[in-house]
Amino acid sequence: MSALLMPRPVWEAIRAHGEETYPHECCGALLGVATPNGWRIESAVRAGNTRTDSAHNRYSIAPVELVQIERDARSRGLEIAGFYHSHPDHPAQWSATDFAEAHWLGCSYVITAVARGTATVTNSFRLCGATEEDKQFEWEPIAIDDECIGREPC
Amino acid sequence: MTIFIPTPLRPFAGGRNEIDVSAATIAGALDELTQAHPDLRKHLFTAEGKLRSFVNLYLNDEDVRYLPAKESTPVAAADTLSIIPSIAGGRPFSVVR
Repeated sequence: MSALLMPRPVWEAIRAHGEETYPHECCGALLGVATPNGWRIESAVRAGNTRTDSAHNRYSIAPVELVQIERDARSRGLEIAGFYHSHPDHPAQWSATDFAEAHWLGCSYVITAVARGTATVTNSFRLCGATEEDKQFEWEPIAIDDECIGREPC
Repeated sequence: MTIFIPTPLRPFAGGRNEIDVSAATIAGALDELTQAHPDLRKHLFTAEGKLRSFVNLYLNDEDVRYLPAKESTPVAAADTLSIIPSIAGGRPFSVVR
């Protein structure tokens, strides 16, 4: 099983983002480097949610913004390791929509539940599989600095 | 021109994050890319040879689908082509009672 390594300031930043945008979903990219056991996140980059029509339960990042994020990552010797978004008043568990719209194989998808404006559980799911047709989400623990947190979601 | 390979496709491109090609058009560049790295083809194209719906192509900072000549657009040596899979999602709908 892989694990997602994340510095505490990044952990706090992605959760704070979800609280700030509540009751709407926040979204952003995670930049990092690959290790044999999973991604080591170096920073999070906030992104705009283009789903202004349904931001309380939908997010989408404009591809042109990802072009710029990836350019910035390259200049820093980093890769796009994954993405994060929030679920306002809903568990930190991937949905059918999250799964259908997930195409970054090998990357980590981090979801934070924000209950009545307060970030609660944050979970990470790695998108495993070799193709779009056999992709699957696998829960992975998040290691904040030296502390491993997270529990298997229900 | 340089083609930037996104994270999920690098295992199928020899682990590389960018590949230089010498084609004259965007379509030619993709053809050269998939000829050199055949495993990329199924990730970029359907069985019918169309670009997968979730694959976005950007010539420099321009979305290729909105260019007048689309994939037939000529390219120059200094141009870049970014392959960007879509990213979206969201929580399930809630039933308000």
